Amino acid sequence: MKILVVGGGMGGTILANNVARSLKGDVKSGKVQITMLSASDKHMYQPGLLYVAVGKMTPDEMYRDQASLLEPGIQFHVDPVETFMLDANQVKTKSGKVHNYDILVIATGSRMWPDAIPGLKENAEFFYTEETAVKLFHRIREFQGGKIVIAMGVPHKCPMAPLEITFMLNDYFLERGIRDKVQIHYTYPIGRVHTLENVAKWAQPEMDRLGITYETLFNLKSVDGEKRVLHSEEGTEINYDMLISIPAHKGMEVIETNKLGQNGWIPTDRFNLNMEGRTNVFILGDTTNIPISKAGSTAHFEAETVGANIVALVKFGVPVRKYDGKVFCFIQTGSEKATYAMFNYNQPPDPKAPTRAIHWFKLAYNKLYWISARGLL
Amino acid sequence: MAEKKIIDARGSFCSGPLMELIAGIKMVEIGDEIEVLSTDKGSAAEIPQWIKKVGHELIGTREEAGIWYVNIRRTK
Ligand SMILES: Cc1cc2nc3c(=O)[nH]c(=O)nc-3n(C[C@H](O)[C@H](O)[C@H](O)COP(=O)(O)OP(=O)(O)OC[C@H]3O[C@@H](n4cnc5c(N)ncnc54)[C@H](O)[C@@H]3O)c2cc1C
Repeated sequence: MKILVVGGGMGGTILANNVARSLKGDVKSGKVQITMLSASDKHMYQPGLLYVAVGKMTPDEMYRDQASLLEPGIQFHVDPVETFMLDANQVKTKSGKVHNYDILVIATGSRMWPDAIPGLKENAEFFYTEETAVKLFHRIREFQGGKIVIAMGVPHKCPMAPLEITFMLNDYFLERGIRDKVQIHYTYPIGRVHTLENVAKWAQPEMDRLGITYETLFNLKSVDGEKRVLHSEEGTEINYDMLISIPAHKGMEVIETNKLGQNGWIPTDRFNLNMEGRTNVFILGDTTNIPISKAGSTAHFEAETVGANIVALVKFGVPVRKYDGKVFCFIQTGSEKATYAMFNYNQPPDPKAPTRAIHWFKLAYNKLYWISARGLL
Repeated sequence: MAEKKIIDARGSFCSGPLMELIAGIKMVEIGDEIEVLSTDKGSAAEIPQWIKKVGHELIGTREEAGIWYVNIRRTK
């Protein structure tokens, strides 16, 4: 039995490790082969980008060697897939090698798509890659005062990041002693400051308290870099001195070029997590088209379900679990306290009162991530 | 022929039916119809408000067995 995992990020890594541990004997005897193909020999802790963008973490601190995170027995190759031949149960990689599989898992993640908005790429700062996060840090370091506008497109990965970068910028300029010279103006696509109602209920008064201005129902249509004006789909305009954007996202190009899904989002059964119409192809993490948060925790819980089902397919010939839509996210409610939201397809989030203990746990998670990626947490 | 795209946002608390629509409307052609399925009553009001503000066409909303169906046409 050949299990092929495409993508060595959050979802792919947890899945491969879980399956390798559960099928240890079969892997050892050669009855089961687990292969992972990825685009990089490094694994990035993506939330670290927020800290790099404000100079609180060095880029190197975000990375571990991917091979060091994998259970023995997983054959790992840095050789990205270029062609999916699903009818033949094969993929072809950049090096030209063809891999056969019995079960395929696709977890190739998502990427920024600034080209969707005219003028955005040329005129905005971003922080969703190492290069852009480092550049943003230099820009805010040089910034002496004026109006910073934060604008996002949908869908984007990590629904908490817009609020987090906003509050981190507030702290950054306070520490530099020039907060009074900087207007921080937050915008959001729907009619409140965050999509989760309870998060919006906490964040809006917090912005009022900190003097962060905001505008809701603002969807970027175009950016006029010369006049430094943003135009929205809703017909409004905002002036800016510095524009920081979390642009709309797409799945990876390879998904689009292979016509696996429009904009790189693969049609996925929301309970079984198989690609629609393919019982031996499973999809995990950001690249599904399921209407839930594109977040590490989503990829994590999906990987647990798919992992259990792959083990069951090997042992019983049938899957045993369904994904219930579970998502968990920490919500930092200021510099000292945090809470969390947990929800699924049926249960809305109901965040409890913020505590210091959860704040410390969130900080600890920055390190615990590496244990989590090994599938041990 | 204009096509109808279904956005199945049932059980979507984050990012929510309106955000799913904002993302999905860019994936259809002008003139195409979208049907958003939602289990959140709020979106039956929230989506038409946004549609009106941006200037797309609201075809109609209905509720059946706890599911709200909001039909829209992309006009620009
Ligand atoms: C600034 C920021 C903050 C975040 N904060 C949080 C947070 O606090 N909590 C949270 O839960 N989530 C957070 N996230 C989101 C989280 O990092 C992602 O949702 C998560 O990593 C998605 O996992 P994935 O496995 O789908 O994709 P990824 O982890 O992105 O992995 C994709 C993998 O696919 C590989 N790949 C790409 N193309 C190919 C190819 N052609 N062939 C083979 N391999 C390929 C890549 O090399 C990579 O290894 C944050 C993200 C950002 C950017």
